[in-house]
Amino acid sequence: MATSTLWQRCLTPRAHLPKRLTWIAGIGIWLLVIVLWSLVTYGGLVRSIFLPTPTAVLSTAVRMIGDGSLWQDIWASAQVVIYGFVLSSILAIPLGILMGSFRLVQALLDPLVNFMRYLPVTAFVPLLILWIGIGIEQRVTVIFFGIFFQQLVMIADVSRGVSQDLINASYTLGAKRRDVVAHVLFPACLPGAIDMLRVTMGWAWTFVVVAELVAADSGLGYISLKAMRGFQVDVIFLSIALIGLLGLMTDQCFRFLRARITSWAL
Amino acid sequence: MSVLPLTKNGHEVMLEARGMSKRFGEHTVLRDISLSIQRSEVVCLIGPSGSGKSTLLRSLAFLEAYDDGEVFVEGELLGYDRAQGGRRVISRPARLREVRRNMGMVFQQFNLWPHMSVAENVMEALIRGRRLSRAKARKLALETLEKVGLVDKADAWPNRLSGGQQQRVAIARSLAMSPAIMLFDEPTSALDPELVGEVLQVMKHLAEEGMTMVVVTHEMGFAAQVADRVVFLDGGQIVEQGAPAKLFREPSSPRLAQFLKNYLERNSLFDDRPAANGTCL
Repeated sequence: MATSTLWQRCLTPRAHLPKRLTWIAGIGIWLLVIVLWSLVTYGGLVRSIFLPTPTAVLSTAVRMIGDGSLWQDIWASAQVVIYGFVLSSILAIPLGILMGSFRLVQALLDPLVNFMRYLPVTAFVPLLILWIGIGIEQRVTVIFFGIFFQQLVMIADVSRGVSQDLINASYTLGAKRRDVVAHVLFPACLPGAIDMLRVTMGWAWTFVVVAELVAADSGLGYISLKAMRGFQVDVIFLSIALIGLLGLMTDQCFRFLRARITSWAL
Repeated sequence: MSVLPLTKNGHEVMLEARGMSKRFGEHTVLRDISLSIQRSEVVCLIGPSGSGKSTLLRSLAFLEAYDDGEVFVEGELLGYDRAQGGRRVISRPARLREVRRNMGMVFQQFNLWPHMSVAENVMEALIRGRRLSRAKARKLALETLEKVGLVDKADAWPNRLSGGQQQRVAIARSLAMSPAIMLFDEPTSALDPELVGEVLQVMKHLAEEGMTMVVVTHEMGFAAQVADRVVFLDGGQIVEQGAPAKLFREPSSPRLAQFLKNYLERNSLFDDRPAANGTCL
């Protein structure tokens, strides 16, 4: 296989490819999307009130950055995501680790959590509006409810996956139970916890839009909704693209974090 | 309540099981095990998979709670306290730690703490358990790592080491606590064949230094060379035990004879043929 051509390697399952090729492929797919988009819009195949041209979206971005409104909306959404996500994570991680390790905690939480996590968070929105209004608290709560129970179950699985003999080895070296929890179990869960955060962060961005579509006075979901009423598809496109970009950025942050904090893990 | 050191043939008994049984639900995995291990003795537990040898070793450290019988570590009852009326209750963790304090254990899957460097792995119990200062703990850790030939890896992450190196660190981590008894649960079974030797070499050195060792192993060559006594288990019972020369040359039970025959057939395909009388010595 040493003499295989690049083309043959492309057709071989799991064969490694040069880094440059994977970059070209990644950029190429975006170019393709933009080319197709340009073709159908500039070519007049789709009316511009349904699909804006790339230039229209760009000029809208420039205009909204210029008058500062875009930053406000980005920040409004990001703020909600950060509050909801941090609040949920700092509760879910310790509780989830305990849930995966202590049968009593598991017995207490399992029935409740597995009931809650199948409820679509959207079903709670009317109730939450009734209880806490339409302020930022409401949107933060939507995100919290959207991800907390999922995080709990995922982190409990991570903690259940820690080898019993890693714990046993600690006991045979004289570790106390609380040392085992604090200095063996928690660190051993860390890589899995960061992976879990990375996945659920994506969901948080989903739920912020849901919350803003229903009740908000700023944010990317809110400007989308407002734009729909005014047939401003360019603004809708812009806000969708921004959410994608912000998601991509947070994902890279988590990758970086994972590599830095848990460099000891393979 | 320290019982007098038990003696047998003038030797101090370090670890002893008396009529010990262990059940998992309906299934009896250990049946009436009696075994006593003397100071500086090296005992290898062998047997087919599922024979209960690992469960026996884990029960000797109370990682599994045995059901009937007793286990004594240097004369102290392991795992249970005698309550009033002759009943017994599982010891509190502090008591268990106390009885186990002179016991070290090495597992099949190394089980180093992945988030600590090699040296920190060895230092951790010294600092938290033995209350040594960081500097003293580090000094002792490096000395112990020197013993297993890994002092140059002191600041590496465990995951960057080969399996053989990780297992040697795991041995050093136990040794640093200066145990009187070392238990090994298939210490080379997770290793690539070419890495087995370096771990066995370390264990052999330990044995030569007079460490009391109980080793569950599939390495018959090691058992033959290093063990003072080999114990053959099958079906949760001790079938036969004795000096390796005797046991391997003249197994008296058909089950051991069959076990050895299977082993030799697997391991002597080429020039390493067994002697005519069927021994692997």
